[in-house]
Amino acid sequence: MLKELKPAVLSFLGLTLITGIVYPLLVTGISQATMPGQANGSLIVKDGKPVGSELIGQNFSDPKYFWGRPSATGPMPYNAAASGGSNQGPTNPALIDAVKSRVKALKDADPGNTAPVPVDLVTATASGLDPEISPAAAAYQIGRVAHARNLDVSKVKQLVEEHTRGRQFGILGEPGVNVLELNLKLDTLR
Amino acid sequence: MTGSGLLQIGLYLVALLALAKPMGWYMAKIYEGNLPVFVRWLSPVENFLYRIYGVRKEDEMSWTRYALAMLWFSLLGVLAVYALQRLQGFLPLNPQKFGAISPDSSFNTAISFMTNTNWQGYSGESTMSYLTQMAGLAVQNFFSPAIGLAVVIALIRGFARHTVETIGNFWVDVTRSILYILLPLSVVFALALVSQGSIQNFSPYKIVTTVEALTYDNPKVDAAGNPVKDASGNPVTEKATTREQSLPMGPVASQEAIKQIGTNGGGFFNANSSHPYENPTPLSNFLQMLMMILIPAALCYTFGKMVGDTRQGWAILAAMVLIFVGFLAVAEYAEQAGNPAFTALGVDQAASATQSGGNMEGKETRFGIANSALFATLTTSASCGAVNAMHDSFTPLGGLVPLALISLGEVVFGGVGSGLYGMLIYAVIAVFIAGLMIGRTPEYLGKKIEAFDVKMASLVILIPPMIILGGTALAVMMDAGKVAVANPGAHGFSEILYAFTSAVGNNGSAFAGISANTTFYNTALGFAMFFGRLWLMIPVLALAGSMAAKKRIPPGVGTLSTHTPLFVWLLIATVILVGALTFVPALGLGPIAEHLSMAHEEKLQ
Repeated sequence: MLKELKPAVLSFLGLTLITGIVYPLLVTGISQATMPGQANGSLIVKDGKPVGSELIGQNFSDPKYFWGRPSATGPMPYNAAASGGSNQGPTNPALIDAVKSRVKALKDADPGNTAPVPVDLVTATASGLDPEISPAAAAYQIGRVAHARNLDVSKVKQLVEEHTRGRQFGILGEPGVNVLELNLKLDTLR
Repeated sequence: MTGSGLLQIGLYLVALLALAKPMGWYMAKIYEGNLPVFVRWLSPVENFLYRIYGVRKEDEMSWTRYALAMLWFSLLGVLAVYALQRLQGFLPLNPQKFGAISPDSSFNTAISFMTNTNWQGYSGESTMSYLTQMAGLAVQNFFSPAIGLAVVIALIRGFARHTVETIGNFWVDVTRSILYILLPLSVVFALALVSQGSIQNFSPYKIVTTVEALTYDNPKVDAAGNPVKDASGNPVTEKATTREQSLPMGPVASQEAIKQIGTNGGGFFNANSSHPYENPTPLSNFLQMLMMILIPAALCYTFGKMVGDTRQGWAILAAMVLIFVGFLAVAEYAEQAGNPAFTALGVDQAASATQSGGNMEGKETRFGIANSALFATLTTSASCGAVNAMHDSFTPLGGLVPLALISLGEVVFGGVGSGLYGMLIYAVIAVFIAGLMIGRTPEYLGKKIEAFDVKMASLVILIPPMIILGGTALAVMMDAGKVAVANPGAHGFSEILYAFTSAVGNNGSAFAGISANTTFYNTALGFAMFFGRLWLMIPVLALAGSMAAKKRIPPGVGTLSTHTPLFVWLLIATVILVGALTFVPALGLGPIAEHLSMAHEEKLQ
């Protein structure tokens, strides 16, 4: 019974040292030496101050900005310290009500727009931190943003196209538009 | 299903099947002790470790001794993870100053990571110190698949050997699994993840200034830090405004890599593989899916190689792929079809060149429908349980797929080690049923299947449903079980059923709306995970011992060939029938009832 206890304890310690200490430190060392930007969070720095991360979305509600996907994190949306989705089931009345009020908010901010609303713009992201919206969701908002900023629709449209990321290698994933980067760019236009 | 989605799924399957053979060949070499030239430089480390343990690698074990070693090693894992969580407040690498985790949550998490389940009642970014994550949780992410590999290799040896009492040395099998298989793959994969944007550092969380100020309802807390509630029990909130966002940091990529390779599934962050810092791009997602299934699929080839007939391994893999494709088609179709209630609100769910459409609630833009449904099907085929989309928000049929796949026992690819030994148990049952039909003593791989063997196989088949259905029944009868449910109606029942299925199946994914971080669920699911793992491994090892001791008999005229398409279908039928007979009534009360009610609502509109 106890004969296997000694190798159990010693192997546990030895292998813990290798996998729990040496391995993460090795990966950290190589990453920090060769890919410090990614390893430290892909931060966006403006005027010497970090204003966000390329990979983490932020909340936008002003009509002059493109809005990201709804976020169900608490207590505030896009709380990066408490990631998560809504976990509302497909037949949950609370989900249907939430989608209804999001559709209404979009229509209220842009009364002239009669196009159907792209689904990703009114459904919560899995992580609550999705940095992107679909190109369709960006296109839906071009008129509103252009109007709020007194910009040409074509100018905003061009900006959206410049910030649209295609499928990776033309195959993988789905196309998307990075909301924070697009909005930061909009703010530089005068 | 869109053309682009089909292309991506096709690409995935081709890549997986192309890698299965070389990886399977490599693992067979490792366990047979013929190290390929390119890893021989690691063998001094291996031998040095045996000197420390005081183990001789030629020292072979009987199945009982092997099982005992496995139990000691597992027990130490539970103790270490429990202790680290309780003491993390006093230990280094804790820049966020997280305090001790509660005893019941620590118990649950310790069992969860030891058993390769990685069910997570906690949120990583707001509770666990970097030390607990990397030296507690991530270490178990290496050890639990290593144990799974050891057990399946012991079972394979049982079939490959004859008339011997021993099935290998547990310490050697675990050490080789880690040193030659899990660790090298993890280093390479972790660096690939960092290149895509996964983080790897020990910094405190970074505060950034957001573009727009945000006004929100902040829950009020009293002096002791407890939430203030009004007369009717609702939390009191006050308006607050912030322009700060706190970005979580930590050694994420290293943990993420082994989380996928070891089919563990426990995320560094609450949102798991949907979190942009865990799974930043479509490429990282593709690699995560590939790494999750690589070892389980390759083990089929290892099995064939070690029993001396690779056709046996291909037959098992063929059965797995066929079942997988069937379930995947249902999930992809259901999620792409979307939610009929949204269409009525003027929402566009049609797939086009500019959006993936479909049911996007709880999904990420970069993955869309195709990759979310594929990931969900894979993670529950394997006992991984990582998620890149929230299963709780899937359509009823889309959510049925992961639930049903776990119910089958995760034998479609399955967890590292546990998937193949589960499938081999089904193969034993399949030849037993075939034997009954033609009235001959069943054989598998030249070994007679006798009463003891069928008893052990039956235990492995019967124990999981007993705990799953019993536990679910208990929870729905108790207030403590029902109060945790987040969604009303049939979906709420699905949440409870999913929790017990996931725990016993050592999967770890969830219909995550359920508030399972309570004393009742932490305890009940903790025991469910424990028995779902160890009560299956022990009969598997007993079967290994029994097989190793048997004589090998040459195939006769009445022998059923176990590498033919006929056997593949027999195996598929056994898996599906046993699973269906056991779980269809429960699935009828949950996802199927919800699907019918959703279809009915659609008709009314």
